Amino acid sequence: MTLSLNVNGAAQTVAITDENTPLLWVIRDLLELKGTKFGCGKAACGACTLHIDGEAVRSCSYPVKLAAGKNITTIEGLGNEENPHPVQQAWIDEIVPQCGYCQPGFMMATAALLNKIPDPTDADIDRNIINVCRCGTYYRMRKAIHRAAAIQKETTPKTEE
Amino acid sequence: MRKKQTWYALLFASVIGLFAVANYGNDASEYITVTPTDFANEETPFDTMMRVLTHERCVNCHPNDHIPKQGDDSHPHYFGMARGTSNMGFEATRCTSCHQSENNAYSGVPGAPEWSLAPAQMYWEGLNRIEIAKSMLDPERNGGRTPEETMHHLTEHELVLWAWDPGVDASGIPREKPPVSKEDYIKAVKQWFADGHIIPSE
Ligand code: FES
Ligand code: FES
Repeated sequence: MTLSLNVNGAAQTVAITDENTPLLWVIRDLLELKGTKFGCGKAACGACTLHIDGEAVRSCSYPVKLAAGKNITTIEGLGNEENPHPVQQAWIDEIVPQCGYCQPGFMMATAALLNKIPDPTDADIDRNIINVCRCGTYYRMRKAIHRAAAIQKETTPKTEE
Repeated sequence: MRKKQTWYALLFASVIGLFAVANYGNDASEYITVTPTDFANEETPFDTMMRVLTHERCVNCHPNDHIPKQGDDSHPHYFGMARGTSNMGFEATRCTSCHQSENNAYSGVPGAPEWSLAPAQMYWEGLNRIEIAKSMLDPERNGGRTPEETMHHLTEHELVLWAWDPGVDASGIPREKPPVSKEDYIKAVKQWFADGHIIPSE
């Protein structure tokens, strides 16, 4: 079957035989976007987190058929070197990654969190950022999440009251 | 004498074996329809209904501590997931971050339309079947439903009926279904309501 997806703002068409194929594999193997990672394959680690219509979703447990017609954002679409997303900038500033494998998933989860709670408390972070980092970079990530919130606040144009 | 006993034991074992082989590969329902004449002590519609409603496929999502339960052993949901403010998890990490509108056989993550926890006042965890029945009929705790609406909810809601299509876990092992077939359960619920939804005193 043929599916139309919108990935990082670009329309994509993929031909697939099994419509239940996890979106993760379509993103990585058909669309060659390798930033989204495979960790556990059972929605437990968060390495495969991306956004679907702005919500954080674990793509290893998301059949591609459900993504048809929806807006998908991967780490590649969050920002770029010239214009990094506040989360990407904060991650650079705080030198968060160790091996780096889990980091795209954490950054996508954090970006989704900041959309909902622009200035999250530590408790908000504990509840919402439940991905797994085998290198244990949680301490630096917490600092980076707070920093990302601060960068986002500085860069978001103030709305008139 | 001993020899004779052993021989009988062997014969018995082979007969049982033959039955097992004869039934192997039989695609028929895994549930046996029990007719009232099968037992001297007939199971009432209430008994049948409650055998389902007290099963973990139902109770796991009716917790008394805002924490969903998982698995046949009803352990607390991993990763610190909880009810949140809308029965759907937390602000950015919601039930739907992992659970979609259908079961996912690749990841073993269960799913159904409107996947969420039952509202807090509808907790069943820790209640006995009489208490569950009282809760189900109490508009304060059943979402303001009339008995008629409760009957429809129990027999038609996709998330309720998911219990008979619970999918496989991450190892590909099918989740346990309630101990009564869907058809017998629906029949029993309808009968119990038709009979005046009387809660037995136990
Ligand atoms: S790979 Fe999807 S949650 Fe681990
Ligand atoms: S940085 Fe290595 S797993 Fe997180």
